[in-house]
Amino acid sequence: MRAEVALGRVGLWFLVLVISIVLAATARDTGFAAHAIIIAIVSFVLMWMSAARFDPMGKARGFFRMPQGASLYDDDPVRWGVLATMFWALVGLLAGVFIASQLAFPQLNFEPYFNFGRVRPLHTSAVIFAFGGNILIASSFYVVQRTCRAQLAFPTLARFVFWGYQLFIVLAASGYLFGVTQSREYAEPEWYVDLWLTIVWVAYLIVFVGTLARRTEPHIYVANWFYLSFIITIAMLHIVNNLAVPVAWNGSLSFSAFAGVQDALTQWWYGHNAVAFFLTVPFLAMMYYFVPKQAERPVYSYRLSIIHFWSLIFLYIWAGPHHLHYTALPDWAQTLGMVFSVILWMPSWGGMINGLMTLNGAWDKVRTDPIIRMMVMALAFYGMATFEGPMLSIKAVNSLSHYTDWTVGHVHSGALGWNGLISFAAVYFLVPRLWKRERMYSLRMINWHFWLATLGIVFYAASMWVAGITQGLMWREYGADGYLVNSFAETVAALHELYIIRALGGVMYLSGAIIMGYNVWMTIAGKLREEAPMGAMPEYDPEKDRPIVRSANPEPAE
Amino acid sequence: MGLASQHKKLEKNINLLAIGSFVAVAIGGIVEIAPLFWIDNTIEKVDGMRPYTPLEQAGRNIYVREGCYACHSQMIRPFRDEVERYGHYSLAAESMYDHPFQWGSKRTGPDLARVGGRYSDEWHVQHLKDPQSVVPESIMPQYSFLGEASLETDNAAEMLIALRRVGVPYTDRDIGEAMADIILQADPDSGGDVEDFQQRYPKAQVRDFDGDPSRVTEMDALVAYLQMLGTLVDVDSAAAQERLAEEKGR
Repeated sequence: MRAEVALGRVGLWFLVLVISIVLAATARDTGFAAHAIIIAIVSFVLMWMSAARFDPMGKARGFFRMPQGASLYDDDPVRWGVLATMFWALVGLLAGVFIASQLAFPQLNFEPYFNFGRVRPLHTSAVIFAFGGNILIASSFYVVQRTCRAQLAFPTLARFVFWGYQLFIVLAASGYLFGVTQSREYAEPEWYVDLWLTIVWVAYLIVFVGTLARRTEPHIYVANWFYLSFIITIAMLHIVNNLAVPVAWNGSLSFSAFAGVQDALTQWWYGHNAVAFFLTVPFLAMMYYFVPKQAERPVYSYRLSIIHFWSLIFLYIWAGPHHLHYTALPDWAQTLGMVFSVILWMPSWGGMINGLMTLNGAWDKVRTDPIIRMMVMALAFYGMATFEGPMLSIKAVNSLSHYTDWTVGHVHSGALGWNGLISFAAVYFLVPRLWKRERMYSLRMINWHFWLATLGIVFYAASMWVAGITQGLMWREYGADGYLVNSFAETVAALHELYIIRALGGVMYLSGAIIMGYNVWMTIAGKLREEAPMGAMPEYDPEKDRPIVRSANPEPAE
Repeated sequence: MGLASQHKKLEKNINLLAIGSFVAVAIGGIVEIAPLFWIDNTIEKVDGMRPYTPLEQAGRNIYVREGCYACHSQMIRPFRDEVERYGHYSLAAESMYDHPFQWGSKRTGPDLARVGGRYSDEWHVQHLKDPQSVVPESIMPQYSFLGEASLETDNAAEMLIALRRVGVPYTDRDIGEAMADIILQADPDSGGDVEDFQQRYPKAQVRDFDGDPSRVTEMDALVAYLQMLGTLVDVDSAAAQERLAEEKGR
């Protein structure tokens, strides 16, 4: 690098450093000050690295190494993304187990920073945006290169997307603990963090579309339709829903541009479509690449993929109002939301069918390949969750389930079952390929992971079904005297054991992920575990093909 | 072979694919959300709604900061059991000045839309400091630090200015008096003009909320907010009921 360029970069980061120190010193609240300090540290590291890069001996350049030559795929951002996925998965699941335990044992709240209300958004953001977001960015960078037969466009920008996204996560997550939050579900980060994410997201769109434009294949592969729709729609949702006016330019507090009923519908238009376009559409993109690859079978139906793609993205966006049944939202909007949610069942199952039928002719692999097994279970949970969702969106059902743990159970059968398992399967697919290993360190550990995760979800979902229905029925129970039978406190006490079972399910799911972490670690370290192959039949041995002869002194018969 | 061959055009052109998928996702939002801003009866016409006092708004900011929405809703549905348990079902008008809305989606704890006036200030303070001491079955975290934290009042005027920018009708006088209004509402003996304050903010409750008259704490603000929730509109009055009965097409 030329000296003046290096100096210019060092100067730029120094400027950011000075600005963030000034902001930290003059901030009005500790949350904003802490965030300014985080940004100061990041810019200091970047300044130091810019300087180190000028130094020919600088080892740190490996972090930002550019692809070598046009004949190789640019996989460094994917490798970092896979590692970040593993890290945030463990953080997010641990936070989940922690808050689940808080609900069973309130003594586990440590005010003010570790009270349930502050840790809960940390859990949801860590699993959705950090764990989910990282596997989406990483897998999209991997898939788009392979299916376009082209190297990633704008390598510098791609690295910015990865690191910029991590900064977004750190700012968002630490903010919740400091009380920096808009308290709008799944859109909690404050205005300046939202602005930062917008910049990162536009860069992501540029890298993705740029790579598509470079493609040497004439057709854009189906997985990329889903990724593209995800990136565009999330940009739209994020910008509209986070319109807000900050109180001061050096404080974290802001007020939403909308109020009351309009704010509620905008928020749930965003919130439900965070489920749709963050947790469904791009995960289907992963399904469309990794399931056919792992099964070594082509996608079942091209025609079905066209129909279910367009109907899914068109219909999903209407479903938001089902989060606001029987509220002060006008009835026409509620009914519209319910009708579209029920119709949505069909395109959702279109995706599941296309995934499962891809296994036609390869079903035997479910017995021998734990990665395929995990993918099949993910699709099964996707099917269950997308049946349960339309059912819960029917107003009569919703009148019982809303405000209860049934919704929590529903979300988790989708998130743990569908998003979690398909992501884990993708990581198991990616790690040996990215680090040029023969296979994962241990297939039997994948099998352990599979069963721990599946049983964990069963414990979780079953306890929440019972908890939700119990709660809903107890709230509306009337005695023969015409009075309500239960005080609210009694309905809380009734759930204690179920909350313990739920936390136990979470512990099982987390243990599976810890085993996975070890497995990934050992694979990257280049180790292979010696173990009996999965599902193998014993070979034919003529020596053993004979009756068993009783021993010389048999026990006398009674 | 209509569909598959037609679709090939989209599949070979990024711009068409991107525009097509954007149009597909834009329609639903436009049809559902936009009308809420111009259909007149989206928000009922009822008497009594006013912007929050600066102290109540500061309390609301604490409610938002602590993520209370994760366990408490502020939206009573029109069912017999909910109306008997929590009070008259919530009206859209009652959250017309809520930036952001806090209707919530989970009731790990009870609904708070009409909790104002149901318990004494002392109960609230004790309950926030140690919930299990008044409700043994409760699984709510403790918020005793609120009683020790002095309320940030320097930004009161800016807070109201920002809210005015998003449409809350604060007057210039409200903004000018914002800081003084906070002190006045939490400590009526401080010598301010209570009558004028209550004229600008009808039904505002003026007293020391946290039992510590020496200073204004975050506990004062939060309890002031909780004690006014659902108290502004007299929903059960004959006039309001008559108007609600005429509501159509909501």
